[in-house]
Amino acid sequence: MSSKPVEQVSQVIVRFAGDSGDGMQLTGSQFTSETALLGNDISTLPDFPAEIRAPAGSLPGVSGFQLHFADHDILTPGDAPNVLVAMNPAALKTNIRDLPKGGTLIVNADAFNERNLQKAGYAANPLEDGSLDEYQLHTVPLTTLTVGALKGVAGVTPREAERAKNMFALGLMSWLYGRPVDATEAFIASKFAKRPEIAEANLKALRAGYAFGETTETFAITYEVKPAKLAPGTYRNITGNQALSYGLIAASKLSGLPLFLGAYPITPASSVLEELAGYKQFGVRTFQAEDEIAAAGAAVGAAFGGSLGVTTSAGPGVVLKAETIGLAIMLELPLLICDIQRAGPSTGMPTKPEQGDLLMVLFGRNSESPVPVVAAMSPSDCFDAAIEAARIALKYRTPVYLLSDAYLANGSEPWLLPDVASLPDISTTFATEPNFDGEFLPYLRDEQTLARPWAVPGTPGLEHRVGGLEKADRTGNISYDPENHDLMTRLRAQKVAGIAGDIAELEVDDPDGDASVLVLGWGGTYGPIAAGCRRVRAKGHKVAHAHLRHLNPFPRNTGEVLRHYDKVLVPEMNLGQLLKLVRAEFLVDAVGYNRVSGLPLRAAEVAAAIETMVSA
Amino acid sequence: MSEKLTMKDFKTDQEVRWCPGCGDYAILAAMQSFMPELGIERERIVFVSGIGCAARFPYYMNTYGMHSIHGRAPAIATGLAASRRDLSVWVVTGDGDALSIGGNHLIHALRRNVNLKILLFNNKIYGLTKGQYSPTSELGKVTKSTPMGSLDFSFNPLSLAVGAEATFVARCIDTDKAGTTEVLRAAAQHRGSAFVEIFQNCPIFNDDAWDFVRDDKEGVNRIGLRSGEPILWGADHEKALRQRSDGSIEVCAASDDGVLVHDAVHESASLAFALTRVTQETHGGTPVGVFRDIERPVYDELMADQIETAIERRGPGDLAALLESGETWTIA
Repeated sequence: MSSKPVEQVSQVIVRFAGDSGDGMQLTGSQFTSETALLGNDISTLPDFPAEIRAPAGSLPGVSGFQLHFADHDILTPGDAPNVLVAMNPAALKTNIRDLPKGGTLIVNADAFNERNLQKAGYAANPLEDGSLDEYQLHTVPLTTLTVGALKGVAGVTPREAERAKNMFALGLMSWLYGRPVDATEAFIASKFAKRPEIAEANLKALRAGYAFGETTETFAITYEVKPAKLAPGTYRNITGNQALSYGLIAASKLSGLPLFLGAYPITPASSVLEELAGYKQFGVRTFQAEDEIAAAGAAVGAAFGGSLGVTTSAGPGVVLKAETIGLAIMLELPLLICDIQRAGPSTGMPTKPEQGDLLMVLFGRNSESPVPVVAAMSPSDCFDAAIEAARIALKYRTPVYLLSDAYLANGSEPWLLPDVASLPDISTTFATEPNFDGEFLPYLRDEQTLARPWAVPGTPGLEHRVGGLEKADRTGNISYDPENHDLMTRLRAQKVAGIAGDIAELEVDDPDGDASVLVLGWGGTYGPIAAGCRRVRAKGHKVAHAHLRHLNPFPRNTGEVLRHYDKVLVPEMNLGQLLKLVRAEFLVDAVGYNRVSGLPLRAAEVAAAIETMVSA
Repeated sequence: MSEKLTMKDFKTDQEVRWCPGCGDYAILAAMQSFMPELGIERERIVFVSGIGCAARFPYYMNTYGMHSIHGRAPAIATGLAASRRDLSVWVVTGDGDALSIGGNHLIHALRRNVNLKILLFNNKIYGLTKGQYSPTSELGKVTKSTPMGSLDFSFNPLSLAVGAEATFVARCIDTDKAGTTEVLRAAAQHRGSAFVEIFQNCPIFNDDAWDFVRDDKEGVNRIGLRSGEPILWGADHEKALRQRSDGSIEVCAASDDGVLVHDAVHESASLAFALTRVTQETHGGTPVGVFRDIERPVYDELMADQIETAIERRGPGDLAALLESGETWTIA
């Protein structure tokens, strides 16, 4: 432990920023692991460019990782960092605007040479011109110190030595916040097992950074953040896409159906494909298709054969799957479509989050084609949301959308591991026998759920044909009969609408039960909205918060909840898509708070919007 | 199977709705009569189709079936075949369905060698949409959508299939029941993707397109391919094919030196490709039969093997252990 004075703080927000090649994501995630193991509550936000290696030192090439850790439960990765680690001028330039005055700024002084300053658009060196006077600036020659520390490590080139500077920075930060580095040491040893000299270089850099903090006069004190009082149990740190992958595997186990994933690489969904490809021992089949359409098609084909068919993508890929989803609606087969939403139309901003796909997943298909929609609220919630979406798909024989976003996908938080035995039973049954007078009618529905029987190939006596053409009620034969089409259209709609009776009611967080303003959110904005409400309540105001997991159908008490409040605020990372729906559906004069910046909503801005409404 | 199936067992109660005289009738009859020979229970046979006239096929086969979306049948069937190795999965498609809107799915299914039997009914026209030119229509074809003639150079489906690394490539003619049955049999026996082009007549929008082989009772235009045998043809088998030094194929007399002996199992695709370039227009004859039939690992078997290997190495998946993988910590 440090011999310097230790100051207790309740929470810290650290942002690591550097060039895409500087290893900031690795540094951030390792600092997260160390912090998680100490028992702090955490929430992280990786923020990186779509370019794998934008020109070194350039503004578009800056990659960042923000970590919020605290001795109490927290809901977001934090609006603004308290500490910014900037590895070069470009990182400083793009991130300094987020650091509040008085914040701690640690920069790699070595990177502030003329060339890098020019690339970042600095006319003068900000480390020397007094422009950073309002921050607690620590200039550390990270590169020089790292290279110096690695002198004598055999087999390491100067370039490789220089690249270990992120571990020096991590060592320094670990010292500053009293994080043990054992886990990182083990990680380095295993990551570079095949190149022991690189492992040694990184370990040395890590330890040198830690020792530097201890000895240098630049840092006078260290900080301590005590463990958070979280619910008892076993925790791990998890990202949204990991949790989604685990949720899909769990859904396969809980349903007793083999998992088939059809996917085409796309940011930010690819890591689900990669993750699931590594779990073949669960009988998982991953199919990297030739395109988004084939990915969805193969999943439908597998579903026809009795698998839990899943396809994962982001908006630009999901839009291509629309015709396949239409087919699944007509076939009335279970299918799970995961849309990890990203920002913008067309290619937009691939690595940034948005909630822009809600209306697309609800209405982006030809004709009357209802699809249930489930949305995840936090990184770890992707696990439960996946199981819930699969449950609905299997029980009602319907395609179901699961919405996540780029923030949930890459962001992480501690996850209280569920007891596997407590997970819901979502098993389903295949048809095995004729269901009507010795005949098999593939569209004879279950009276309660309106779901049709699922008879998979291989079942003797139930041979039947399905297809995209309109079906006659009960028999499933091709039918152009006008009355039948009207009936079938209504039946498909009723089936999906009826799911409202089979999902949890909308819960309202209204501590005193007498708020007059309700904040209604959905999906990935849960954290900032809940945090915003806390801030407003801390100032003595009253506000209620309800968050929708089910976007279609809405929970059956949604209208009642909305009408109970005088005013309704709907914050979204789009221009008001849920807002349109609730206004149309419930005739409620709700008001939106909308920001489409490619960044998660900030608690402060949500709080400000609530306060405006509460005080009006 | 308790009793032997017959052709009748594969007929459905659905009224067949193709135009009178459509080549599809003959193909359907050939298929229904061939099916019992497969020796596979009806419930383990699945027909998947896309959109188009040919795509109605599954409705008339008393097996499992799916009439899906335009061009996507190979993709859908891939998911089914890859996850259900116990099934015999057949894709029925047309020249527009397979080569235009579904071209991408077709070539990828072929190169993966998924266990699918893909039957392309080629009538060189869009039938269901009433007579627009298709990717196999000849350049300059006058149709409703090309009043001054089509500007598109046409695809040669078999060349495309060979180029897409297909392991089985064959051709037959709708009205030639014996030839069709022979090709279907070879396709069914093939492990992996089998691609069969069936010359099929559309009497409404492109009648007589294949007359030169359909009506070829004397066999002057059909060049029958049999692996291991010299390629001889003509009314008295007086003509033959041989390969030039540049690999292309020319017509010669049966008595000439160097008559080509067909080799469908040759590792190299060069010969099969050269044979696909032999056409009525260029050579005065049209090869039918099996062009290529080679062995290569099958996609769905490889996929199943990986699952088996993963289970052998790591044991069957344990959900609780999965959730606890990575670093965990406990709060009391």
